Order: sequence, then C-alpha cells, then structure tokens
Amino acid sequence: MNGLLGPFVAVLRRDLMLAWRGRADVLVTLAFFIVVVCLFPFGIGPETNQLRAIAPGVLWVAALLSTLLSLHRLFAQDHADGTLEQLLLSPEPTALWVVAKVSAHWIVTGLPLVVAAPGLALLFDVEQEALGVLTLSLALGSPILALLGAVGAALTLGLRGGGVLLALLVLPLFVPVLIFGAGAVDAHLSGTGAAAQLLLLGGGLLGALALTPFACAAALRIAVE
Amino acid sequence: MMNTSSLSQKRTPKSILRFAAPQMFYPLAGTLAPWCAGIAAVLTVIGLYIGFFVAPTDFQQGEVYRVIFIHVPAAWMSMLIYLAMAFWAAVGLVLNTRMSFIMTQALAPTGAMFCFLALWTGALWGKPTWGTYWVWDARLTSQLLLLFLYLGFMALTQAIEDQRRADRAGAIIALVGAVNVPIIYFSVQWWNTLHQGASVTPTGSSMASTMLAGMLVMAIASWAYTFAVVFWRVRSLILERERHTDWVGAEIDAQEGRS
Amino acid sequence: MMKWESWSAFWSMDGAALFVWGSYAVTALLIAVELVLVLRRRSDVVRRLARLRRAAPLANGGRRTSEEIFE
Repeated sequence: MNGLLGPFVAVLRRDLMLAWRGRADVLVTLAFFIVVVCLFPFGIGPETNQLRAIAPGVLWVAALLSTLLSLHRLFAQDHADGTLEQLLLSPEPTALWVVAKVSAHWIVTGLPLVVAAPGLALLFDVEQEALGVLTLSLALGSPILALLGAVGAALTLGLRGGGVLLALLVLPLFVPVLIFGAGAVDAHLSGTGAAAQLLLLGGGLLGALALTPFACAAALRIAVE
Repeated sequence: MMNTSSLSQKRTPKSILRFAAPQMFYPLAGTLAPWCAGIAAVLTVIGLYIGFFVAPTDFQQGEVYRVIFIHVPAAWMSMLIYLAMAFWAAVGLVLNTRMSFIMTQALAPTGAMFCFLALWTGALWGKPTWGTYWVWDARLTSQLLLLFLYLGFMALTQAIEDQRRADRAGAIIALVGAVNVPIIYFSVQWWNTLHQGASVTPTGSSMASTMLAGMLVMAIASWAYTFAVVFWRVRSLILERERHTDWVGAEIDAQEGRS
Repeated sequence: MMKWESWSAFWSMDGAALFVWGSYAVTALLIAVELVLVLRRRSDVVRRLARLRRAAPLANGGRRTSEEIFE
C-alpha cells in the first residue's frame, strides 16, 4: 500500500505546486463560475420566487461549464513538455497517477466551486437549510465530472479544436450527474429528502473512481504512442 | 514487403474467421451489399403497403399513428447500432483486429441518421398527439443524448489524423458511451417522473396485428438497409486503409478497366 | 384502394398530412442523401487510388504506390 501511496502523493504534490505557481489560471475558473451564475438573473428577471426555483439548476450547470472550461489543462502542459511520456514509461500503474492528477485538478478547480456555491446560492435566496445539501451534492458530483472529463481530455489531447470536441464528448456523459446533483437540492426543498440522490451521487463517484482511471490511462497511452 | 495475407489465407482455409481479414471481407461485402439493398427495398414496399393500405385507422389517434412504421424501427436501429459499435470497439481493443475498427466507424453515420430520424418523426408525431413537438420525456431525452454520443464519436474519429489513434480513441469513447447509456436512461427516467408526474406514452395499448406486422416488416427492412450501407462504407474504408497492398492495386486496376 | 375512399383522402391523411408526410419525406431524403454519399465516396476513393497508382509507375516493380510523396 505504502508503495502505491508514495508516487500518488508525489504526483499530487507536484501538480498542486504547479497550480499554485500559476494561481491566476485557477482563479479564472472560479471567476467564470461566479460570472455565469450572476448572468442568469439578467436573463430570467429579478423575480425572487422564480430565481429560487432555478437556483440549484443554475449553480449546477455553471459548475459543469466551469469544469469543462478547465478540463483541457489537465494533461496539456504535461503533454507539451514531455512529462506525460515519462510518467507513462514509469513503472507505477498509470491509473494511479491519473487519479492523483485528477485529484489535484479537482482540488484546484472543483473545490473552490464547492466552497463558493453556498454564497452564490444566497444571491438566489435559496433557503439556508438547503445550502448544506447543495454543497454536499457539489462535493460528491464535481469529482465525477472531473473523472469523466479526464477521459475526454485524454482522448482529445493535442487535437486541433480539442476544446469544442471535448465539450461534445463529455457533456452527454455529465447529464446523470447534473440530474442527481440539482435534483438533490430540489428534493430537499420539496420535502422528500435528498438521501436517494446523494447516495446515487456517492455511488456514481465510487463507480467513476473505479472505472474511469483505466479508460483514461488507455486513452493517454493511445494519445502519446 | 511480403504478401502475408495470402499466407494467412492458406493457414485458415474455411473458417468464418478468415473474414476478419479486410482482403477477405471486401469481396464478401461487395456480394452481400446489393442483396441487402434489394431485400430492404422489397421489404420497404411491403411494409409501407401494409402500413398504409392494410393496417386500420387507430381509434384513438386517427391516421397520425402511421408515423410508427418509421419511428419505431428508427429508434430500435439507433440503439442497436450503438450496441453493435460498442461490441466492435471492444473486439477491436481486445483482439486488435483491423476489421473491428472499420466496422465501428462504418456503423456510426447510419446510427446517427436513424437516431435523428427517430427524434424527427417523434416530434412530428408528438405535435398532434400530445399537442407539442417536444416533451422532456425519458425516451425522447435519452434519444437526444444518444444522438450527441454519435456526434461525439464521429467528431472525435474525424479530428484525429493518425489512423491508429483515431481507431482506438473512437473505440474508447464508444465503450464509455455504451456504459453510460443505461445510466443516462435511468437518470432521465428518474428525473422525468419526479418533475412531470405521469409521463406521456404514445400508441394505444391494443395494437392491431396488422399494425405490428407493418412495423416489424419495416424494422427488418431497416436492418437490411443498414447492412447494405455499412457494407458499402466498409468497402471504401478498406480500400483507403489497405491502399498499400497488392490486392487493392489489382482491385483498382480492375475498376479502372471497367469504367 | 381497400382502405381509402380516394387518393386525396389518402394524401390528406385525415388532416395529419403534414405530420405523416413530413416524417416520411425527411426519412426518404436522408436515406437518399446517405446512399449518394456512400456511393460517391466509393467512386472518389477508387478514382483517387487509381490516380496515385498511375502517378507511381512501376516503383517497387509496380506493386506499391508511393503516394506518401504526393500527400
């Protein structure tokens, strides 16, 4: 176990450090999230009841788009400077450091969204008791988005027009996460309780954690060879 | 440099597996395609005749229901073709056979076309029956997402120039999509029942046997059509990919001489 | 005509002509387009490969096209 933990932590720490050096890039994702969320009232109108009703969906769609925006960065830098090939040649299992890289990516781009979401929800006058469910649903759901997105990012690595292609590839796959994520908050607000949705999101996270790293590893090997 | 295909041909004389070699499959596809196209044409005529002149008017929906004779087969085909693509993708990734990837890519455009047709005819059917072209019904929504999966697959394989990478990347996304299709369907169904209450269901419960017959004949016709088009597309793909080989050269010379 | 009173009744589909014929017309159109594309692709491939073959006369004993040069 320790033998696997070492390289995992090494890759994780390296990616976090790189992200820290390029802080501005990271903040762009968060800023995008905030701006998108704030655009909706302008499009829909300032009526509080309506805004309250759409808030979970808006926050979730915005989180999904922000995730998408940052995905191409997941492997691009390492691909450009050859690190990726070195990692693929290393004896450590590919799926392991893929998870490490995705974890680092999520900590850098996903976690800020989770933290910012309750504050933004207040702009939509969401009841305070639902904020916990919203945060939890994003905390469980956004790592799934990152894991699924990693497969798309690996497949489109280095392609011209890769960003748009990546969106086309992964957005249909994001739909179940969106449904259960936004649905959790809705269910909580309507009184039915969000346990089912949250459990499904948790199960989805475990499933994605078990399967996508291998798909991602295979895609990376194909892209680099 | 060596003519390896003729060697392998000698080794496996009569096995069905010999058609896993593009050189062997090419003439087979060429022979089968016109037959499939013919069967498709004949069955379409029979199916439409049953559909329009034998099947009775639906007592609930009137004549509009006659869209069913293309709508249901198109919806079936769109799902079946995606499954077939995922199957060939898996075979290709595991056994590393060239024909599998060719099949995957030859199937995709026809699948996307059937998927779009199912949506289009569904919308035109929905307007008079439900009063709207579109409802966010579980089936319609999953069908829409399936179309996006098809488009994603085709866009990805087109965008990658390296043949080998395009084949494999396409196979991976086809498999990932296939794993996700049931999840998408389940989640959409869940979401739909939560939001809309009773969902709208097309067609009356009692279907006249002639209606069913017409639909089945049309379904078989679309199978035959799919086989024909896929065989033709496979032949072009094989020629493109095997252009360095002797037999393709001979084939091209023969084609040139004919025209 | 066992079911329909007249051809005009057939074409009007009891008022649902737009929906029924709209479905069938688009289906026919797409199938026609797909067939044309598939068959034209084949003739394009044959023509292109034939041109490449002529452009590489008897290289390697006439066996292989050296299209890499031209692509």
